[in-house]
Amino acid sequence: MNRIARAWDSDLAYSFRHSPVAVVAAFVALLIILAAALAPLIAPHDPFNPASLNLMDGFTPPMEPNAFTGNTYWLGTDNQGRDIFSAILYGARISLFVGFSAVLFAMVLGIAVGLLAAWRGGWVDSLLMRIADVQLSFPSILIALLIFGVARGVIPPAYREEMAIWVLIVAIGLSDWVQFARVVRGAAMVEKAREYVQAARVIGVHPVRIVLTHILPNVMGPVLVIATIGLALAIIAEATLSFLGVGVPPTQPSLGTLIRIGQGFLFSGEWWIILFPSIALLALALSVNLLGDWLRDALNPRLK
Amino acid sequence: MADPLLQIEGLWRRFDVSKPWLNRVIEREKPQLLTAVADVSFDIARGETFALVGESGSGKSTIARMIVGLLGASEGRIRFDGKDMTEMAPSDLRALRRRFQMIFQDPFASLNPRWRVGDIIAEPMRTFGLATGAEAATEVARLLETVGLSARDAEKFPHEFSGGQRQRIAIARALSSKPEFIVCDEPTSALDVSVQAQILNLMRDLQDEFGLTYLFISHDLSVVRHMASRIGVLYLGRLVEVADAKALFRAPCHPYTRMLLDAVPDLALSGRRRKPVSGEIPNPISPPAGCAFHPRCPAMTEACKQAIPAPRPTATGMAACIRLDMAETAAR
Repeated sequence: MNRIARAWDSDLAYSFRHSPVAVVAAFVALLIILAAALAPLIAPHDPFNPASLNLMDGFTPPMEPNAFTGNTYWLGTDNQGRDIFSAILYGARISLFVGFSAVLFAMVLGIAVGLLAAWRGGWVDSLLMRIADVQLSFPSILIALLIFGVARGVIPPAYREEMAIWVLIVAIGLSDWVQFARVVRGAAMVEKAREYVQAARVIGVHPVRIVLTHILPNVMGPVLVIATIGLALAIIAEATLSFLGVGVPPTQPSLGTLIRIGQGFLFSGEWWIILFPSIALLALALSVNLLGDWLRDALNPRLK
Repeated sequence: MADPLLQIEGLWRRFDVSKPWLNRVIEREKPQLLTAVADVSFDIARGETFALVGESGSGKSTIARMIVGLLGASEGRIRFDGKDMTEMAPSDLRALRRRFQMIFQDPFASLNPRWRVGDIIAEPMRTFGLATGAEAATEVARLLETVGLSARDAEKFPHEFSGGQRQRIAIARALSSKPEFIVCDEPTSALDVSVQAQILNLMRDLQDEFGLTYLFISHDLSVVRHMASRIGVLYLGRLVEVADAKALFRAPCHPYTRMLLDAVPDLALSGRRRKPVSGEIPNPISPPAGCAFHPRCPAMTEACKQAIPAPRPTATGMAACIRLDMAETAAR
């Protein structure tokens, strides 16, 4: 209880309560995350179960009864009679899972590289940062495509479908770690020169322990900021890859897959198939991004 | 000296301040070395407070960092209790580290802002396995009371304390591995004058209670006068004079020491004219030839420009000046 009260009184909580944008963004993001997490309870249909689909329900416009079956769907159905609302809930689930996992992977890798570069310095630092520079000179989507292509060649066809989501996570994570590594390295080099780190060295604390218990907690602030913004980017990257057809398989549609499916019907009048998944993706990415912006400003001592 | 705790012999430290290799090749420049500490030797006896004084850039902090192992020495030996630390295996050095600690200049930077005071103070105990769990907590409470804080302060974070209280926490941390020797790098220069005296008195009390030996680094002569039993004066990385504190303040032998003492504000209002320090410390990358002090020295002769003066014995220590005879007459 004490801990919660203290958290409520903290500067961060104060800044949150006094930023309407942050409150709204957090509300929207939480709503989408909760809806996605509870999809099996909320969704009226199971879009992954072919037995529950009726092809006659296909192309039902939103809020109108179907001409053949008389069923009504909030957001309409796609060509296979899948309820768009349910598909969005399940799709957001996959998008969020891939996004969170990819950011976590990128964060762990980036923090490890950044801390190593800052602590060792010298040629280790130069080597790691030059690798980072080289990677930054490519668009990250290109790197993700490359990794995806390599993985397709390596993984036997039988496992491709179930491995697809993990390949996607690794591909997005590997294209995104540089941001973390650079920020962590910069912050860790500042902390390393501070006297409390030198005090620990004089005491004779093991270097790994110094890095993990002294330096790491003090560089987590900026890391959280780029992790939040990175989450929005990872969700969009996943949607982009799925839109291009190299992401998750069509049997487990993510938001990007839904948008790709809908794109085929854009000019034949079935606008709802692409519009609603796009709005969901936009709302999710925008709210997470706005939260990241707020967090960056709230944690910036110069803006206080 | 009988039974010194710390012996420094011919200590050198050079820093490479050249540009990156590629720039050097293109611009055809030679590597540049900055000599921060040059041929420094002194002993510290058990239980005494040896002070190193000098202007900014004189190499005081570099010497402190080499002694505690934050920096390697370029040349020379550091012996602690007769054991040569520069040639020691890392595992032996680790065991030796328990016996010496350091107090830093800025108490706002020397405590990890995310750790509770209790954890900060217990860190040396945990590192050396001296105490764990409840035993460590009792010890932390005892240490906090020893330095004049409350045992309940262990639960708080460093930002809840003032500068003086933080320095007390730093002292408690230094004491927690039960060291014999503490290097104090300008421990009061970041504090208000009113708090400085409290911290200095605390350090003296602790010295009496635990039989500590201090290496005290400062640029503030009034602080040094209060604390030190012996004083070494540094100029441009070289030790120019070593003497007992009383003797040094009564009859400084080296012209540089005299210049420093003349610049101290006269609080007793004895009517003494205060002479401002003339000139600035030269660039250590290209120090003046001969005695490094000669461009600023009022007693400079042609001979001073020729050779670096060797240390000569004085009444209670040594001074590196070829015109000591003159200095003694001037002091009288």
